[in-house]
Amino acid sequence: MTPATSVGIVHTQYFTFAEKEPFRLESGATLSPVTLAYETYGTLNSDRSNAILICHALSGSAHAAGCHAPDDEKAGWWDDCIGPGKAFDTDRYFVICSNVLGSCYGSTGPTETNPATGKPYGLQLPVVTIGDMVRAQVRLIDYLGIDQLFCVAGGSMGGMQVLEWAAHHTHRLKAAIPLATTGRHSPMLIALSEVGRQAIYADPHWQNGDYYDKSQKPDAGLAVARMVGHITYLSDESMNLKFGRRLQDREKFGYEFQTEFQVESYLKYNGNNFTRRFDANSYLYVTKAMDYFDLTEPTGTLAGSFVHSADIKYLVVSFTSDWLYPTYHSKELVTALTAVNADVTFLDIESTWGHDAFLLEVDTMTKLLRSFLDRLWIEENGRPLPKIDSTKPRALEAGQ
Amino acid sequence: MSGLQSHSPTFSPPSLRPDLSVIADLIPAGVRLLDLGCGNGELLDFLVHQKQVRGRGIELSEQGVLACVRRGLTVRQGNLEEGLADYPDNSFDYVVLSQTLPFLDDPAMILREMLRVGQKGVISFPNWGYWRCRLELLLHGRVPHAPDLPQSWYEPPRWQALTVSDFIALSQDLNVRLLDEVYMAAGKRSPRTWLKNLLATTAVYVLAA
Repeated sequence: MTPATSVGIVHTQYFTFAEKEPFRLESGATLSPVTLAYETYGTLNSDRSNAILICHALSGSAHAAGCHAPDDEKAGWWDDCIGPGKAFDTDRYFVICSNVLGSCYGSTGPTETNPATGKPYGLQLPVVTIGDMVRAQVRLIDYLGIDQLFCVAGGSMGGMQVLEWAAHHTHRLKAAIPLATTGRHSPMLIALSEVGRQAIYADPHWQNGDYYDKSQKPDAGLAVARMVGHITYLSDESMNLKFGRRLQDREKFGYEFQTEFQVESYLKYNGNNFTRRFDANSYLYVTKAMDYFDLTEPTGTLAGSFVHSADIKYLVVSFTSDWLYPTYHSKELVTALTAVNADVTFLDIESTWGHDAFLLEVDTMTKLLRSFLDRLWIEENGRPLPKIDSTKPRALEAGQ
Repeated sequence: MSGLQSHSPTFSPPSLRPDLSVIADLIPAGVRLLDLGCGNGELLDFLVHQKQVRGRGIELSEQGVLACVRRGLTVRQGNLEEGLADYPDNSFDYVVLSQTLPFLDDPAMILREMLRVGQKGVISFPNWGYWRCRLELLLHGRVPHAPDLPQSWYEPPRWQALTVSDFIALSQDLNVRLLDEVYMAAGKRSPRTWLKNLLATTAVYVLAA
């Protein structure tokens, strides 16, 4: 039995496009066909005005809420915030989440078959950008028959996609919620990405990305990349709280090179775990996409990218202990959006959880997001959005 | 300066804090307005939802911002200096600073900024020139509590006492025009402006550059 606050059992769906007309990427390269894995929760209303697109972060997937099977140990990656009565209330909104281009959870990426060779793309896949990921999402939204999303929301790399939507697909959304993110990947972020990539390149099993038919994959490199990632998602304070200097499974130092501290054990566990669920080449593609992200281009200022996006309502959120995407990144966004006279609400949520806070500060986020979405709905429609009675036959079936 | 008589009849609800109710009456319907240090959004809520004001707020506390968002308001967290700096000149018709003046590090700068981003400013502040404050210092030798800011000198956040006369002198130094004035005592509007520095517990001004 799934709890009443869960969207229940869900299924990943697939949308394929650009079979005839190739999909042109920012780099100039083309891709054909393109597939996006996606999931939806809740019911699209008759005028298709209640759709919210959720954008995932680096290692996320389309599986944002609910479970794929009754005995699933883990629910979707943002199950805390998506479901009946939650921040993104599926009793009222139709929530969509799709896996990004370049990832390894069903969308076109290095693990998928290259139609030209019949083998996985590997590094034959052209490099993709956040702009490409979002343009693919636009195609999905077109296919679902939605002219305008009520809201696009996401944290970290998901937040970059939100900003890309707002800056370059302005008329396709009413509201944007970028969380713990940036309008421009900083040199520190690029440096951290590069350490992860170098760990993968240095793994002898990486084989220049051509390892899919080999018995061993570049797991060691990918695990190190993930460990670096995990450090950046925590904070000095959260590591003190979570691990302290406590030892794992022992009382005193062994004076040997084994995993001794709890924090080491945590990193090792998560690094290894990650190799079972993520692909090393995808890690390269997705981190590279983030590094290229810079909304100060081509005008030279962030405000320049939002000049035509002032009609969108923004909720910008940062977290006090997030040193990966520190508050100043969000403040720069607020400054730029204020300069173009956009309606922008901003909160720097007090939290010790570092970058991970956007997934963990559920209570504050729920209050904030629900209030913000409720207000927008009332402003647009003059009355609150009622719960949708899903027992009634649907007026329209998405994508038909 | 016009007196109280020129104001339209009060139509703000009795539940609004008395000084906020005075400010609400000074604000015309439908204007663009920025509320500095908007707290839990009480004033903005009234102005936005009852007077169709296009309102924005700046608030330092997380609780305040959350309360404002719950009321359906557009508010940004942060300090006033940073917040004001982001707005282009003449972004607003009115910029409001209610009961926050004694807490500012650089009141003159905030005043100039208010009148850069807005056509008019509305400021309310507790008056330490009130006769009881004077007596407290004279008779007891203690730093007086302003009746409308009952906070001891050692309690955070730090404040700086000022009087109606101090504020008028500052406005002259800054070449700021006082367009309107309302004086309050014990939560009620005072019917006259004479001896205002002696009789007012809170003063409210409408200003322009």
